[in-house]
Amino acid sequence: MTHLSARRTRIRSSILTGLAIASVALLTACGTGGDTGTGGAERSEAPTELAENEDTVSILAWPGYVEDGGNDPSVDWVSAFEEETGCMVTSKTYGTSDEAFNLMKTGEYDVVAASGDASLRLVAAGDVAPVNTDLIPNYEGIYDFLKMQDWNSVDGVAYGIPHGYGANLLMYNTDAVTPAPTSWDVVFDESSQYAGKVTAYDSPIYIADAAMYLMTHQPDLGIENPYSLDETQLAAAVDLLKAQRENIGEYWSDYLKSIQAFETGDTVVGTTWQVIRNSLAEGTPAEVVLPEEGVTGWSDTWMVASGAQSPNCAYAWLNYIASPEANAQATEYFGEAPSNQGACDFTVNPDQCEIFHAGDEEYASQIWYWSTPIEDCLDGRTDVKCTDYSDWTTAWQEIKG
Amino acid sequence: MAVDTASSGQRIPVPPHRDTLARRGSITLSAHPRLRLTLMLSAPLLWLGLIYIVALAALLITALWTVDSFTGTITRSWTLDNIITVLTGSLYQTVTVRTVGVALLVTLIDILVALPIAFFMAKVASPRWQRILVIAVLMPLWASYLVKAYAWRSVLSQNGIFEWLVAPFGGQSPGYGLPATVITLAYLWLPYVILPIYAGLERVPDSLLEASGDLGGKTWATLCLVVLPMIWPAIIAGSIFSFSLSLGDYITVNIVGGANQMLGNLVYTNVGAANNLPLAAAIALIPIVIIFGYLAVVRRTGALENL
Amino acid sequence: MRLSRPARGVLSIVTGLILLVIYLPLMVVLVNSFSTSTSLVWPPPGLTLEWWGRAFQSEGALDAVLTSVQIALIATLVSLVLGTLISLALQRFAFFGREAVSLLVILPIALPGIITGIALNNAFRTILGVQLSIATVIVAHATFCIVTVFNNVIARLRRLGTSYEEASADLGAGLWTTFRLVTFPQLRSALLAGGLLAFALSFDEIIVTTFTAGAGVKTLPIWILDNLFRPSQAPIVNVIAVVLVLMSIIPIYIAQRIAGAEKVSR
Repeated sequence: MTHLSARRTRIRSSILTGLAIASVALLTACGTGGDTGTGGAERSEAPTELAENEDTVSILAWPGYVEDGGNDPSVDWVSAFEEETGCMVTSKTYGTSDEAFNLMKTGEYDVVAASGDASLRLVAAGDVAPVNTDLIPNYEGIYDFLKMQDWNSVDGVAYGIPHGYGANLLMYNTDAVTPAPTSWDVVFDESSQYAGKVTAYDSPIYIADAAMYLMTHQPDLGIENPYSLDETQLAAAVDLLKAQRENIGEYWSDYLKSIQAFETGDTVVGTTWQVIRNSLAEGTPAEVVLPEEGVTGWSDTWMVASGAQSPNCAYAWLNYIASPEANAQATEYFGEAPSNQGACDFTVNPDQCEIFHAGDEEYASQIWYWSTPIEDCLDGRTDVKCTDYSDWTTAWQEIKG
Repeated sequence: MAVDTASSGQRIPVPPHRDTLARRGSITLSAHPRLRLTLMLSAPLLWLGLIYIVALAALLITALWTVDSFTGTITRSWTLDNIITVLTGSLYQTVTVRTVGVALLVTLIDILVALPIAFFMAKVASPRWQRILVIAVLMPLWASYLVKAYAWRSVLSQNGIFEWLVAPFGGQSPGYGLPATVITLAYLWLPYVILPIYAGLERVPDSLLEASGDLGGKTWATLCLVVLPMIWPAIIAGSIFSFSLSLGDYITVNIVGGANQMLGNLVYTNVGAANNLPLAAAIALIPIVIIFGYLAVVRRTGALENL
Repeated sequence: MRLSRPARGVLSIVTGLILLVIYLPLMVVLVNSFSTSTSLVWPPPGLTLEWWGRAFQSEGALDAVLTSVQIALIATLVSLVLGTLISLALQRFAFFGREAVSLLVILPIALPGIITGIALNNAFRTILGVQLSIATVIVAHATFCIVTVFNNVIARLRRLGTSYEEASADLGAGLWTTFRLVTFPQLRSALLAGGLLAFALSFDEIIVTTFTAGAGVKTLPIWILDNLFRPSQAPIVNVIAVVLVLMSIIPIYIAQRIAGAEKVSR
């Protein structure tokens, strides 16, 4: 209250004082803050049967996941869904997992495509409901190694349908970075060679990349899972990233930035996605590699909001987007491996699945998929408390400085 | 009505006023200026007060609460933790200094650039050219903030136009970082600074300048002693735009700022990434205090009165 | 003002240079709208008309422009009404708290957009309990647009004085008639200038919009941001920007003509 009274004396106005008093009265009466009705950690139940479709469905997804031809008439898999089911789609896109998590709090969306660094938070906050996979015929066609994982299920209960997956690879400029790197050390311990031209993904979840590097290079820290760090382990990762910060040219989160920087040579080494490599102009001297320490990556999940206004249309969408055709269209457009094994027959580029290593279990096993760090250690330790995502966020801000 | 009768040249008596409700209302209002004032102010003050001040007050109160990191819901127990974190954390101090520095520099550059062009527009150019120049200054406003920011990213890149232009003189592009942020922000807000200064200069009567000249004032002296004090409020008005728009920006610094972050980024990250509205609100106090301080200083110069 | 010839020359050159710097990035935008590079690298590796063709087929872009125009128009109208009322009140009356009211008008633009954004977002959702929609964006935009109208109108009122209004009242005109026939015509160009700036401010606003737009509300800046994240859409964004800049000449020119005509007639 100190601020309000300080403001009040400063303003010294009868009118404003009146308003301020009125607003305080209003605030005490109505309250403010987080309770939007969707909060709380109570678990909702998955439906056991579906009813008739509603008229609309509201979807929150990464850009390029829900395309209705509005941006490019040839890129459209929503219209077919609307015709088939009668559910008219409205969609909103988000730029980072954090934004998605926040937008889901508004309770305005029926369906969300969440990466692993958002999914557990959504479950914990009670914003999404368990999904009864029996009601989704196309669930059968999904690769088994993507089902019931840390980031899409809790205590053996499924919370969504896998969509597509990919790895955060190491990209390097073949002229500037020689010999070809095989380890992440070019962006960590050896990064000073490329001072001012190193890039990294701009998100707290990138701390996991450092933790994964430490698993190999400082084994005595005892990191078992890069998303499950106790305080000492997090501090070690933060130190590594602070040292890296000295040599960072820029962090990236939208891939136009990353593509430009590699094409112009402003950036010569750093994390990337396969799709970014594929989008580089012909003749750009850049290659990607899956370094020996392994990689982090994402496996996205279609989830249903716990307060969904159109749960039946939501299930219809989950089933539709998991079908081989739609799954192929959506994942090929975005540039990632599809989750449905039948999708490879429907891609426009016949080599799509090969380029993105779809279904390659050997490749997939080297990926540490994004998961939300939470207090209960994901690696099963019970003797310590792990650092959670809000600790990571604070740490990330400190690292960037 | 009165105008019509006068122009027709005939002298007809003013028709007697019908005793309508509107007429009576008008008379009542004429007789009671306080009532008139209240009616005039009630709509805008209700709008600004109910929507803006309440929202702002609610945000500030939120700064005194905490957030449950597991479920992301806000716990309404009073605490000063967030404020203390913001006041004592070295991160916040560094970023505040950086942000204020950028905002001041942007404002200074904008004023220095705006003065000559606004002066040319208002006092030198012919009316025809004046019109063309106003259009020329206003047009870039429509090219979209993001598109312009990305254009600067391209201009300042390695082997970009900037490098190509300055290379013959031995210069090189500053690359992405704070200098690039300052350049881009100064560019983005420039029209908002030129326009008020131009309007201010237009209001300076030419006769005054001539009088100064006749009294033996040199051009430079006239500018400093006559023109500058008169357009000072206009300069301040422009500076409020550039200063505050820069103070809260987080998008430009993401595009051209290299690895740097500004206050806007911290607020954005805490709302977006951390879902920690209380901490974001506490950080938001920094620019609020700075702006209030700025307005207070400016008010002393009497500039707000003339804004 | 009588400037010496060299001084005028220097001033013209400086003005020319400033305009050059202002238009340099816009030239980049123009050239990039024909570039074959999907990531807008400089210099363009080749030229193509593809993006121009695709931009005009893009329903998303057209919808976004219409949404933005709709929001900006309504927000401008609201701010014209509110801004005029406040400036009349402040200029024609002396009252306690006058300074506070003028501070209140400036505040939404003086405080950084992100603060306005999160404050309104929080207020809409938790205090008022309304869902974010196109209406919430309009309310937010109108709030920070009031100041541009206010600035222009109050400056004009200060210059006008009250003699005409008094004459009108002496001749028996009511308050409304006086406003309609005497005050308003004299304010027209100030309203136009303020309205135009308010429109521009709303049309290009992204930060407050991000926090107050509901699902499915895509203003042009939001659409552009989305598309910069999509593969192979970036050059289309440049086409849109070029078209907007070119189209903006029309309203600005009309506004200038009206303002210019008034100046001559006075």
